[in-house]
Amino acid sequence: MDLSTRIGGVTLANPLLTASGCGGSGRELAPYTDLARLGAFTTATVMGRPRAGRPTPRMAETPSGLLNAMGLPGPGLDAFLARDLPWLTEHEVPTVVSVGGGSVQEFGEVAGRLAASPAARSIVGVEVNVACPNAEDRGRMFAASPAAAAEVVRAVRGAIHRDVPVLAKLSPDVTDIATIALACADAGATGLSLINTVSGLAIDPATLRPALSGVSGGLSGPALRPVALRCVFQVHAAIPELPIVGGGGVATGSDALEFLVAGATAVSVGTTLLHDPSAPQRILRELEEALAARGMTRPGDAVGLAHRPASAVPQIARPRARIEEFS
Amino acid sequence: MAAYHAMTVVAPAVAERFRPGQFVAVAVGGEHTSLLARRCLPVYEVKPDYGGTVEFVFAADDPGSRWLASRRSRDALDLIGPLGRPFPLPRDPASCLLVGGAHGSSGLFALADALRQRDCKVHFVLAAPHAHQVYGALSAQRIGDSSTVITRDGSLGTAGMVPDLLPAIIDRTEADVVYAAGPTGMLSAVSGIASSLGIPCQVSLGELLGETGACGIGVCASCVLPVIGDDGHTRMVRACAEGPVLRGERVRWTDLGTIPLDALGGPRG
Repeated sequence: MDLSTRIGGVTLANPLLTASGCGGSGRELAPYTDLARLGAFTTATVMGRPRAGRPTPRMAETPSGLLNAMGLPGPGLDAFLARDLPWLTEHEVPTVVSVGGGSVQEFGEVAGRLAASPAARSIVGVEVNVACPNAEDRGRMFAASPAAAAEVVRAVRGAIHRDVPVLAKLSPDVTDIATIALACADAGATGLSLINTVSGLAIDPATLRPALSGVSGGLSGPALRPVALRCVFQVHAAIPELPIVGGGGVATGSDALEFLVAGATAVSVGTTLLHDPSAPQRILRELEEALAARGMTRPGDAVGLAHRPASAVPQIARPRARIEEFS
Repeated sequence: MAAYHAMTVVAPAVAERFRPGQFVAVAVGGEHTSLLARRCLPVYEVKPDYGGTVEFVFAADDPGSRWLASRRSRDALDLIGPLGRPFPLPRDPASCLLVGGAHGSSGLFALADALRQRDCKVHFVLAAPHAHQVYGALSAQRIGDSSTVITRDGSLGTAGMVPDLLPAIIDRTEADVVYAAGPTGMLSAVSGIASSLGIPCQVSLGELLGETGACGIGVCASCVLPVIGDDGHTRMVRACAEGPVLRGERVRWTDLGTIPLDALGGPRG
């Protein structure tokens, strides 16, 4: 089956990406998953300066999910360009670089220096983490306002070569995600990555205090999947032509297919990597089988099917009764 | 052994690569589990039986570890390992003091074997609040050149606390190096004493990793702690990837659970 998937002007070998922040620098995941055979590996969010993140505890286990308040830890742009990106390039890993910033200016600077890096040739996309807190707006995330999200997307889009897709990763914690999506598309986003974590809280049953040092955190994993599917469905309905990388608790090929039919062009695997770092190969194989079972020949055949009447959805081919049974 | 569960799994690839101090990351809850964090467990020992077995010891103190404890013979287990930085071994024969707290001591027995193969002296200190929480007292007595058991209430061995009794034991065993595994508070105390006596100390952060680790392989960075590097700068390092064995004097024990102001990428780093 031809699994290749187009996002803007870039063709990925298959529709399966890793989600930002769930695959380390790539080196940690590499013993378990062949990164060169992914649709793309998405880096943890790269910001201008090194960040230690929040103190522990910064992750808690919740029902079918993980709650994290990491505080965007990372080595900073210099170390990323000197160490991490060259490693990914050397290993021919199709890479989506997630960029972040505490201000529109920082987003633009990170994107600009990234585009100028000699190791940039492995970059197949740039993801804009608009869920970063905006230091110039009392820490409110850019993703909460259409205007702020658009401004950040515009700054990154302007710095990145026009052949390289720019994806805005949106937060579900908004009143109307389609409005934010439209603003990002108008600002030049090639596509969207849906969704970032949803805000939550866990209580430590022993201390009866918030389980995370950051008090609230972002929920990820299968617990999030219905929220993510709703976001993908709503945004695809509003802007059908806009490519979407859908993700939220994808753990099986069937989960991935659900995102495609909701309107995603590609699918990201995140929290599942923490639980099963070898999952991508399995999920891709299961997705291929699920598509083939319905007579579909490529992932594109499934995209958006949930928006169409039931009669338009190919059914699972049932094996014919063998003739011997009648003799 | 009342307080803990011991489990042996057939895992030849893990057994073959294992070095003392390393751990395994076990998925709990079965195929459709709602518990997504792996449990990071120190390895007690590996054996060549059945192509290679791995034994680990754990306390069943949460739904995930209780599920693990309820596995039966021949059940399949999803396990990754061996993981993490092992204990470094002395180049020349040395007198080694191995200090284990509660079931953290389970991670010291493979180390003891490796040390003895290098003609090192192996002295054990096993500590726990109460007698039933002491792990491995008989094995320590059998394979150690000496073995001291310390319980807070005196229900087994000497009554007292490790920090009060350790200096005399270091003196008596003429320890050249201290290895410690177990509760974080005990590691901090042991590390401080060894450091003040100028004795190298390697600690295995089993409890910290068990409490804060989620993936075990270094991708999630949930298990970080402040550690001073060779260049003198403090970085937040991952207990699973850069540890679980670290040089005791490099860990900023009083700053655990914080980001020190001067840490790389910290408030003033």
